[in-house]
Amino acid sequence: MSFKIVKKQPLNPEITLMSIEAPLIAAKAKAGQFIILRVDEQGERIPLTVAETDKDAGTVTIIYQKVGATTMQLDTLNEGESLHDFVGPLGTPTHIEGLKKVAVVGGGLGCAIAYPIAKALHEQGAEVHLIAGFRTKDLIILEDMMKNASTHLYLCTDDGSFGFSGFVTDQLKELIEAGNQYDEVFAIGPLPMMKFVCRLTKQHDIKTTVSMNPIMVDGTGMCGGCRVTVGGEMKFACVDGPDFDGHQVDFDEIIARNASYKEFEAQQKAHFCNLRGEIHG
Amino acid sequence: MANMSLTKVKISEQDPAVRNHNFLEVSLGYTAEEAMEEASRCLGCKNEPCRGGCPVAVSIPQFIAQVKEGNFAEAYRILSGDNALPAVCGRVCPQETQCESKCVRGIKGEPVAIGRLERFVADWARENGITNEVKIEKNGDKVAVVGSGPAGLTCAGELAKMGYDVTIFEALHTAGGVLSYGIPEFRLPKEIVRKEIEGLQKMGVDVETNMVIGKVLSIDELFERGYKAVFVGSGAGLPQFMKIPGEGLCGVYSANEYLTRINLMKAYTEGAPTPLLHSKSVAVVGGGNVAMDAARCAKRMGADKVYIVYRRGEEELPARKEEVHHAKEEGIIFELLTAPLSIEGDEKGRVNKMKCIRMELGEPDASGRRRPVPVEGSEFDMEVDTVIMAIGTSPNPLIRSTTPGLEANKKGCLVTKEDASTTREGIFCGGDAATGAATVILAMGAGKHAAKSIDEYIKSKK
Repeated sequence: MSFKIVKKQPLNPEITLMSIEAPLIAAKAKAGQFIILRVDEQGERIPLTVAETDKDAGTVTIIYQKVGATTMQLDTLNEGESLHDFVGPLGTPTHIEGLKKVAVVGGGLGCAIAYPIAKALHEQGAEVHLIAGFRTKDLIILEDMMKNASTHLYLCTDDGSFGFSGFVTDQLKELIEAGNQYDEVFAIGPLPMMKFVCRLTKQHDIKTTVSMNPIMVDGTGMCGGCRVTVGGEMKFACVDGPDFDGHQVDFDEIIARNASYKEFEAQQKAHFCNLRGEIHG
Repeated sequence: MANMSLTKVKISEQDPAVRNHNFLEVSLGYTAEEAMEEASRCLGCKNEPCRGGCPVAVSIPQFIAQVKEGNFAEAYRILSGDNALPAVCGRVCPQETQCESKCVRGIKGEPVAIGRLERFVADWARENGITNEVKIEKNGDKVAVVGSGPAGLTCAGELAKMGYDVTIFEALHTAGGVLSYGIPEFRLPKEIVRKEIEGLQKMGVDVETNMVIGKVLSIDELFERGYKAVFVGSGAGLPQFMKIPGEGLCGVYSANEYLTRINLMKAYTEGAPTPLLHSKSVAVVGGGNVAMDAARCAKRMGADKVYIVYRRGEEELPARKEEVHHAKEEGIIFELLTAPLSIEGDEKGRVNKMKCIRMELGEPDASGRRRPVPVEGSEFDMEVDTVIMAIGTSPNPLIRSTTPGLEANKKGCLVTKEDASTTREGIFCGGDAATGAATVILAMGAGKHAAKSIDEYIKSKK
């Protein structure tokens, strides 16, 4: 089977959008689910969230950040080329039934994961406050798409170069204190961000769902590499999640485990950069 | 005249001190001369007791008679007629409890080395480009096989021979199931697995990887796509943890994850993009073949000290004797009658010790084995930076949770009747998915048996 890249579009200097030909997955994927891909025959398996699907065209859209060797290698591929492996849809879809008013909080690349959830909620008629945070103005992605997927989009930048000045947690706090009554908050982004959103919502007793991003290998429940402690119990994010009750998640444990291969990853990245330097230099 | 030697012809092996630093195959196999000499130890018993011990009933005396005469191609024809994966079985079957346990030569002395001869014949055929040409008359009916492990591969091969159009759906990117991700290269070279699967593809079996049935397509959708029957051979791949404190620490692996990273993702090769933590001191918890595989891999990945931590004694180790022997030769340290209590880590969340307690054997439990009981006051710390949990696996719930009407027992195994049929018409099941974690050859036997039932079922519907 071949998984052809039909569209590639850089969203900012770090983040790229790709649409892949995968009709079976496009027909099935729901908000909150993910795929696992391998770039080539030797490649590692990496998980990426399904950002959008087009059932008629049979395509699945993924959005990735160039953070290491594999995502950088993925970014060397162009439209018309193919991925070696592309498997999904994996994970349990996000539970959105019955929600009337929600806040969806996305940080950086997490906005690519927050977007389909916001869109699904918006399509079922919920009032969606989408809070999207970026380090600075130049890194803002998906602005129009997010605007269309929400009742109100609140853009935030850490340095105040655009929109609300400060972190997404600050914006969420403002909205809660202004009297917004949310049925549920969805937080998606770096682990520390989700941890701080949960700390805030816990004070206000608002149910909060987080989308966990632990290290994965197979993504089908056979290895437990992605295990997360939730309410004192061991859960596998690839099958039981990736969504969990944020107030029950042991964030510190997963922050430590996600750093397991930091050294190796830095080496791989340096190696990849050197290799590209040789080829292009 | 039979060779009346009481012992098997010796097989060459890599030196333990050399092999525990590489992933090359430990056992080097018989030469043609050695195989013919060993084959002449077979008495060719008329009542074929050995055959009764083989879950797929290979015509053992017949193929060995051909080896004895040096007719290796004919030996392969006989062997591969009964067994779809002879190069695999010759290597990983526990022959000591199967075919060889029934061999009459074993009453006084060692039994005939049936496994080694099977391996020799399969390897010889592969090296000489001999394939078993079977004439297949297509019947036009489609059957789907979920999972490409030993059960699925065997079932697919048998059905293909009967004329069915068979599609295997595999969730991972490489076919083979445990043969690819679990059993290490030094026991079963992946090239051999690949060739055996290629053999099935030549018979017309279609293998579709990256297909997680239950997610991308449900079993009901397979029926809608025209498959007349479905065989579920999805195994028992869900790893168990002990539920002791510290299992979320960095440096704790399930054996499935550790072995998948090494075998399927080739983390042992220079420059592989899939990482594995470098360990100095490793505890593998468990006493089965998976524990032995994980321990021997850890040694090869450069660990100085590798412990097998098992709560019962040497006699109770569920692993094959040969694997325990190999592990000991390679310097694996056995901490028997020992159970972990908790795992502890440093400030960065990396494992630095495992608290254990010594055990003694008490009265036999429900399984008939003597139950281990903790020895009061015997707690001690084991200094390790990696812990690998190899305490068993259970079936993945994905298929049963997405297929209405498919019943499973308390352990998550699909409920099957004698003929391998499940609680849903047209769905059959075999191997670990039906029995819980067992052996490669039992899964193959189940696959072969289910193929026969599927054939009868489809014919009965006409």
